[in-house]
Amino acid sequence: METLTLKGKLSYDHFTAVHLKTLPVLFFTFRNAVVEGSLNNSGGSLPAARKTGTTICGVVFKDGVVLGADTRATEGMIVADKNCSKIHYISPNIYCCGAGTAADTEMTTQIISSNLELHSLSTGRSPRVATANRMLKQMLFRYQGYIGAALVLGGVDCNGPHLYSIYPHGSTDKLPYVTMGSGSLAAMAVFEDRYKPDMEEEAAKRLVRDAIAAGIFNDLGSGSNIDLCVISKGKVDYIRPHDEANKKGVRTGDYKYTRGTTGVLTKAVKPLDLELLVESVQTMDTS
Amino acid sequence: MLGETEPEWLSEEVKTGTTIIAIEFNAGVVLGSDSRVSAGASVVNRVMNKLSPLHDKIYCALSGSAADAQTIAEIVNYQLDVHSTEIGEDPQVRSAATLVRNISYKYKEELSAHLIVAGWDRRDGGQVFATLNGLLTRQPFAIGGSGSSYVYGFVDAEYRRGMSKEECQQFVVNTLSLAMNRDGSSGGVAYIVTIDEQGTEEKVILGNDLPTFVDQ
Repeated sequence: METLTLKGKLSYDHFTAVHLKTLPVLFFTFRNAVVEGSLNNSGGSLPAARKTGTTICGVVFKDGVVLGADTRATEGMIVADKNCSKIHYISPNIYCCGAGTAADTEMTTQIISSNLELHSLSTGRSPRVATANRMLKQMLFRYQGYIGAALVLGGVDCNGPHLYSIYPHGSTDKLPYVTMGSGSLAAMAVFEDRYKPDMEEEAAKRLVRDAIAAGIFNDLGSGSNIDLCVISKGKVDYIRPHDEANKKGVRTGDYKYTRGTTGVLTKAVKPLDLELLVESVQTMDTS
Repeated sequence: MLGETEPEWLSEEVKTGTTIIAIEFNAGVVLGSDSRVSAGASVVNRVMNKLSPLHDKIYCALSGSAADAQTIAEIVNYQLDVHSTEIGEDPQVRSAATLVRNISYKYKEELSAHLIVAGWDRRDGGQVFATLNGLLTRQPFAIGGSGSSYVYGFVDAEYRRGMSKEECQQFVVNTLSLAMNRDGSSGGVAYIVTIDEQGTEEKVILGNDLPTFVDQ
């Protein structure tokens, strides 16, 4: 009798161990359905579906940073948005890619963007990436991971180009190349193979494009197009889309038939006698 | 796709499953750590420096939840900065350790991080403090993190009082190497920080430069 062990922090664990031990292994077992059914009876609760399907990444090159993201937004197993924008504006010289719950990444980056602009006016200086990093991590830590925002923060300030990865619980890492999201492992494989310090802009863009493409094609949660954002001193190139990796196919056939495709054998016309009973006009109040 | 949610490592908290060690020698302290940060089964950072400065001559070694440990270190860094300005001189290692202990104790139910504080001050020379679970205790050496379990025997047998700076550094490197070999949550490179009256020296020892033992 085979036993299946499921890992992870799902509330399944206890119930799964008990129920799966009693199932014989058949050719086709609907284990999950049985477990889900008995879970509801035993009072367990199903985990809420969260959309985290994404591949985002960033790389530091000679003169700045390149940020990249796919454009698929999912709601469970359905694609909710085929072309959403995951690279958010923080300040003229700082941008942030967001993975995790879309609402959380959107609102968090907007709040910090607003606070950073006020801070910048107050100090009279152009904002620094380290400041944005501190603000984001302190907010996420305050909410103890309940704000599901995993971010790749990149920008160029007076101290040069910087790249941070920020996790939902509030820990950050400052690295030359980072990936996040469900496709992060695929993208990181590309980075670990081909990253070199002090790359040229074109090489860096190619590397990021390939890393996102790896996520798009090897991860179910990522897909559609590749957006890039190249930030260097004094210049930002927001390229959306940089690469339409998944163009919609063109149909080879058509369901429109021209008049005459179906041959007419006979034709009979019968006029219908209808009496006009009531005719009334109601004016619309457009005031 | 009934049970399909995101990959488990995305929702798992990021932990610095770790090996950290701090040891006191006649004129200062040596701290050491590995560099692996994991979220579930995935390594999210393979070169993280877990030896975080609290002040010029006081460092702390992080272990446990990455967010909790980083936040404690940053808060204490700020508090020590204020404190040292108030007293007009460099803070004592005991003060730094007390600040860390106060946070660890007050929020012990909410936090899951262990910081080892070590440094040098004029009054008592090199000191190592453990702050596990909110206690404060000075020790000749302290080890922590998931990898420390594998090297308790080694450090207990090999530690001697009155080692020189170089012997201490070698001892720390050997300990880290042994732990990194046996603990799945520790790995990467080794960071060593030596603090004495003259100053602070940070060193990185890359993977293939680490000492090898029987099975390699």
